[in-house]
Amino acid sequence: MIAFFVKRFFQAVVVMFVISLISFSIQDNLGDPLRELVGQAVSEEERQTMRDEMGLNDPFLVQYLRFAKKAVQGDLGNSYFFKKPAFEVIMKKLPATLELVFGATIIIVLFSVPIGVYSAIHPEKWFSKTVMGLSIVGISIPVFLTAIGLIYLFAIELNWLPSYGRGETTSVMGFWETGLLSADGLRHLILPSFTLASIMLPLFIRLIRAEMMEVLQSEYVKFAWAKGISPRRIYFVHALKNTMLPVITVGGVQIGTMVAYTILTETVFQWPGMGFLFLEAVNRVDTPLIVAYLIVVGAIFVVTNTLVDLIYGLVNPTVNLAGKK
Amino acid sequence: MPLLEVNNLEVCFGLRSGAVKALRDVSFTLERGERLGVVGESGAGKSVLGFSIINLLSRPGHISAGNVNFEGKDLASLAPEELRSIRGNRISMIFQDPMMTLNPVLTIGVQMVECLQAHRQISTSDAKRIALKRLQQVQIPSAEKRLDQYPHELSGGMRQRIVIAIGLLLDPDIIIADEPTTALDVTIQAEIMDLMLNLCEQNNVALILITHDLGVVSQVTQRMLVMYAGRIIEQGPTKEIINDAQHPYTQGLMNALPQMAIPGQKLNQIKGTMPPLQNIPTGCSFNPRCEYVMDICTKKLPPFTQSGNCLVACHMVADSQHGPQQEKLRSEEV
Amino acid sequence: MADSTQQMEQQPTTLQRFKASHFWHSFRIDRVAQLSFIVFLIYALLAIFASVIAPFDPYDASQIDIMNSEIPPSWEEGGEEGFLLGTDAQGRDMLSTILYGTRVSLMIGLCAVALQALLGIVIGLTAGYIGGRVDSLLMRIADIQLSFSTLMVAIIVLAVFQATFGTELYQQLAMIMLILVIGIAEWPQYARTIRASVLAEKKKEYVDAARVMGFGRLRIMFRHILPNTLSPILVISTVQIANAIISEASLSFLGLGMPVSQPSLGSLISSGFEYIFSGAWWITVIPGVVLVVLVLVMNLLGDWMRDVLNPKLYKG
Repeated sequence: MIAFFVKRFFQAVVVMFVISLISFSIQDNLGDPLRELVGQAVSEEERQTMRDEMGLNDPFLVQYLRFAKKAVQGDLGNSYFFKKPAFEVIMKKLPATLELVFGATIIIVLFSVPIGVYSAIHPEKWFSKTVMGLSIVGISIPVFLTAIGLIYLFAIELNWLPSYGRGETTSVMGFWETGLLSADGLRHLILPSFTLASIMLPLFIRLIRAEMMEVLQSEYVKFAWAKGISPRRIYFVHALKNTMLPVITVGGVQIGTMVAYTILTETVFQWPGMGFLFLEAVNRVDTPLIVAYLIVVGAIFVVTNTLVDLIYGLVNPTVNLAGKK
Repeated sequence: MPLLEVNNLEVCFGLRSGAVKALRDVSFTLERGERLGVVGESGAGKSVLGFSIINLLSRPGHISAGNVNFEGKDLASLAPEELRSIRGNRISMIFQDPMMTLNPVLTIGVQMVECLQAHRQISTSDAKRIALKRLQQVQIPSAEKRLDQYPHELSGGMRQRIVIAIGLLLDPDIIIADEPTTALDVTIQAEIMDLMLNLCEQNNVALILITHDLGVVSQVTQRMLVMYAGRIIEQGPTKEIINDAQHPYTQGLMNALPQMAIPGQKLNQIKGTMPPLQNIPTGCSFNPRCEYVMDICTKKLPPFTQSGNCLVACHMVADSQHGPQQEKLRSEEV
Repeated sequence: MADSTQQMEQQPTTLQRFKASHFWHSFRIDRVAQLSFIVFLIYALLAIFASVIAPFDPYDASQIDIMNSEIPPSWEEGGEEGFLLGTDAQGRDMLSTILYGTRVSLMIGLCAVALQALLGIVIGLTAGYIGGRVDSLLMRIADIQLSFSTLMVAIIVLAVFQATFGTELYQQLAMIMLILVIGIAEWPQYARTIRASVLAEKKKEYVDAARVMGFGRLRIMFRHILPNTLSPILVISTVQIANAIISEASLSFLGLGMPVSQPSLGSLISSGFEYIFSGAWWITVIPGVVLVVLVLVMNLLGDWMRDVLNPKLYKG
């Protein structure tokens, strides 16, 4: 167990190092900090002295180390637009994005597992065939079109649900603004969550179905039938557990995709999360904010991948968490 | 009344290119405590026979005719829930490859306890006690420890012992063992076979041993069936068939044994291969490979003829028993 | 003349072999596959001949009249016959814009996938054939590349590019950038599958035979192994084109793809999104439907081919 965390920790360090290098090169190349500070009306000589003073003429490595030292302390510079520490600005938007991802994940798990399992057990039934047909249509609709469609139907035509924003939020423990505690906040969450879930849902239904069908053909499931075990136990204990192993692995890979799609979803729904903020930062060339976003997203990657590995190790007895296979 | 009676069993596999019959007209009986061997080349339908007894054929296979009578019930047409109460309880099965038979994500204990609890109202601790006793019976070292282990932590031979222990859990009447030693190391094969033989004798369990190993059959079983292309072609007491096989195919199998070959010479192979099930020749399905093939063999299916204590499906044997005249009469009846 | 007749005699054998194949047979009995293929052909033809079919040139500012903006499709009330599918907010004819947009989308999709395939095949063949350290290094890189989603990488790269070089230069280079980014980000899909096929093929006797006959490594790889990995390549490519088109549309929707002056289907939908609330649904809905049908058709074809060719694709 300890070995697992040590190994994971080193992986995390490597990933974060790469991300920080990329981030730093962006910061280094994007825009001129001096222009942000003093404007155009300063002579070239004065600029050079200022550059020297600020350490902008130091070798790359020195500058990078300075950047990394500050970054570790959470200091990524001030956002040009908000005139506040970029890290703070990003962290303020983090809850909105995480709650959106959380909502989408619940929808995915709630729908994909029962539907996938059912259509694997009864592949000939019309329900399974319809699901398979619909899932390929689902895969073919880009997420922003799903969003537009849902907005048009539920917000404009039927006027049941709000089409943008987070609605009412409450502050929990002083720093977490949540929309999960009020009816209005939850209503605002429905459409964006379904939109974000809509990309992954057909994928997971198809994956679970395919894996489950393969497992149901296996010798150990046949042996379980020969033992006279009840069908319910065979499907949900013998088969499902083995089905979930590859699904967990794929799920881990898909987290990256999910984060990317929050940018699209948040843009359409004007959801005040990190993705929406990032896109605004890109349009405003707000470098510190872009860098802060990259680093936070990198951290999310590392944490979720560790969690996925941990869950996989707990479900699969053949994986020793110490790293031996 | 025999313990198990299989009558005219026929199994079909519905494929896109049409139905293929994997078993045709299979009939035999099994007495309480009897050990029956089923031999034949791979693809002859041995395994299908094993699975069809407990009606556990995977799609698209299904029993299309005949019946399997066990304790006055026809297993071929029994409702799923009733069938379930017999599987693993009255009739249990041992599979070929122990590396694939146990569920990799469940502990040995769970896989044993669930089997007991599926058939009996029993507490988990009682079930564990029985499981432990069975593990000791199959001579697994430090049995207590095994209940909490996962299959991947055990060797192939050990896993097969566990599968046997699971098969014995509920004191079944019949064990169907489908090539139980094929996937194991040669050194362990004899050990496992001895163990099975002893356990069946001790507990008076009937055994259907499916194998292609004639040596094992002659050591373990009292009666045997020889299968070819989905049919039984010869059945009777093991000793009689081994010593004096009637059917040319069975004779060929005996002669092909390495110990029958003259040192320094080639093994006596049966020429040709078994036909694919979609494409079985008319008449006797063995006729293209038979040394003694006659005109009638390519036209008419040979009926079963009593010869000593054996039943043989061969025109040649029928001729020598009844003479060609009588044979003609019989065929008209059919 | 004699030569050509000989060739004529030889050619039918390939054609006949194709006609007798399992592939052709399953195509003939599968209505969905046929329909999908026909629809794809129509798309391809419309895209190729867009400049001939389209009544207007949407890239030509002199043909655009702002007074014509937001005219609904001709069958709707207020529609004009000259604009079959109506006009967008700038007064461009929707039909023409969609035809050109389809061309842009298809072109980016095809080129990006060609780039992916090229990179993936070369890397996959190298990894599979050479094996050892090279193999594990390349596959580790593929793993890392896959765990960062394509869209994420594309958004960051394009965003940084746009921020660095300014919007104007970016718009000129948008198409090349999209092809490069989508093409480079997705190579592991191909590389892993090709590598798996190579490993499977390498064990077979004909490869040994080729080596014994003294053929060089490159020749064995490209002449002997590659043709046997064709069916997984075909299956992946179909689905990847669909994915690439979606990625391009998503990036354009975010304003990181094709500019409004040279729109793809994605940027058309994006530009129409503002007007959906004011009732001008056609600017969004029509290109949306065109996009979804194109992607759906590709996915259906890919699904069908996966069933028929049944290659061993890399899972996960």
